Amino acid sequence: MISNDNVLEVQDLKTHFYTSRGVVKAVDGVSFALKRGEALGLVGESGCGKSITCFSLIRLVPRPAGRIVGGKVLLEGEDLLTKNEKEMTKIRGKRITMILQDPMMSLNPVFTIGEQITETIRVHQKLGKMEIWEKVKEMLRLVRIPSPEVRMREYPHQMSGGMRQRISGAIALSCQPSVLIADEATTALDVTIQAQFLSLFKEIQEQANLSMIVVTHDFGIVARACDRVAVMYAGKIVENAETRELFNNPAHPYTIALLNSLPKMEMKVDTLYSIEGQPPELHALPPGCSFAPRCSHVMEICQREYPPQKEVAPGHFARCWLKG
Amino acid sequence: MSEPLLEVRNLTKYFPVVKNRLFFSNRTAEVRAVDDISFTIHKGETFGLVGESGCGKTTTSRLILFLEKITGGTLLFEGKDISKMNPAEFDRYRASVQAVFQDPYSSLSPRMKVGNIIAEPIIVNNSAPRKEVSEKISALLALVGLRKDAHELYPHEFSGGQRQRIAIARALAPNPQLIVLDEPVSALDVSIRAQIMNLLHDIQKKMHTTFLLIAHDLAVVKHMSNRIGVMYLGKLVEIGESEELYSNPVHPYTQALLSAALPSHPDIPRKMIILPGEVPSPLNPPAGCRFHPRCFKAEGICSRQTPSLKEVSSGHLVACHFA
Repeated sequence: MISNDNVLEVQDLKTHFYTSRGVVKAVDGVSFALKRGEALGLVGESGCGKSITCFSLIRLVPRPAGRIVGGKVLLEGEDLLTKNEKEMTKIRGKRITMILQDPMMSLNPVFTIGEQITETIRVHQKLGKMEIWEKVKEMLRLVRIPSPEVRMREYPHQMSGGMRQRISGAIALSCQPSVLIADEATTALDVTIQAQFLSLFKEIQEQANLSMIVVTHDFGIVARACDRVAVMYAGKIVENAETRELFNNPAHPYTIALLNSLPKMEMKVDTLYSIEGQPPELHALPPGCSFAPRCSHVMEICQREYPPQKEVAPGHFARCWLKG
Repeated sequence: MSEPLLEVRNLTKYFPVVKNRLFFSNRTAEVRAVDDISFTIHKGETFGLVGESGCGKTTTSRLILFLEKITGGTLLFEGKDISKMNPAEFDRYRASVQAVFQDPYSSLSPRMKVGNIIAEPIIVNNSAPRKEVSEKISALLALVGLRKDAHELYPHEFSGGQRQRIAIARALAPNPQLIVLDEPVSALDVSIRAQIMNLLHDIQKKMHTTFLLIAHDLAVVKHMSNRIGVMYLGKLVEIGESEELYSNPVHPYTQALLSAALPSHPDIPRKMIILPGEVPSPLNPPAGCRFHPRCFKAEGICSRQTPSLKEVSSGHLVACHFA
């Protein structure tokens, strides 16, 4: 089922954590496809498994508690889950890369910016010293760092938050990856700096025909930067559609409720729609649909059986008994 | 408009930067966190303060809460200067100004039962007779939507949203007139935020409490506030009714800030104003208008003269030479 324009295909991915409180099914049967040049938003609340999905893709699930117990991750047709660690090292950082939320944690404070970008290039590409230096400068220019010759000799603490995040971006982009994962990459940034970062990345993505997975809890980021959205709840993707389609015709009650519960700048309402209750604990999921206890349309079947995926409109998938 | 509850006049806070050399310590510089700001909060309204990190909005709230010493300026509470209050009056002021902080995981003592957390401000401020304290606790728990036996539990037994409800109950305990809400929903999950915002809205309706809301999420501030003040690098650059401010922003910074806000729908067209550079350091703020190095309208006068707040329409004040 591998079509040519899918860079990444995830099929029935399962990542479980074995803890003293029981098995935590953080990712439980996640499937999606990422087309070349597409930005896919992975949206959900904390603990829904969106980050663990991404860590599973690059095979960096925290061990020993966490284990990928099933599924396939096909990067350009190759299953990453069958690779050994040595082979993964060659893929990670080169063909699939990741930007994390906090650049102060992901950058090393004792090496200069130049050295950190150099490292990635040196490991994955056979280039001479001068060529690497040129490449580093080019990367810094790409992410709009002013005077790269000076900046590459500086340390992360000498930069502002927005610049540091752009440096993480430069490292991630330095080997022309096929897939870039941005895990809450703009959450820690201020509003205007976030706008700078998003427009820069949109530009780079369009130029380089880069495929991106944008992990976020903010539908605003999806509206601005993503072509497609997958909504996650309790370890499963409950809805997957093109961005416009999802905003115009949300199908899953969870998506509908989330979109309604957001305050909007364009409209004044007295009371917001609110979803009662809390997200479920992943080690004690209810039988049937995990959203059933909070759902306003709950039916008898919802409490017994998890709904299968249905195509509610062309290219628009949802997992809900109401839609079948 | 109703009468003023709190008037902030020329409020200033400088933090000294001290260099320690063996036996001497030198004051080498000052961080101008809040620099000469004035605004008024009216009874029963929600006043929102927005701005990016480091703009001084939290420092402003800490000055109002008396958690920091004021460098200059005055605070008038119901017309009375706080610095001239006698101890009894001052105690009453502190009881009537309460706070809800961002992170309910660090703002509640893990060693105290919820009942004691809420009882403490009631007992300290004598806001209810001893016999009625437990009654008052149950009433507060019911008001914020927690279950009856919650007072016997510890904070760790609650989720983030429920903890924020406990923090709100604690803030309401001494019957305050003003509650400072410092990023009350930003640490919470998206599906929980609406619950807390609705709760705050209901409380305001029932008890006529005044709110000072500090948040960076522009949609949240718009939703909750009647009037909004926009801060940049320690200065208030624009104040106005929330509808007016969002539909007709005058200050270039407000325009840029609002244009950078994320859309609620992909079809919403928005002209983005991407500001060059970053917020300068408050240690050495630019001369004149503090926004001029990043401003798309800046001219010679902006770097020489600090603009003061001018009224552009009724209740809409802007600090810009071109307003």
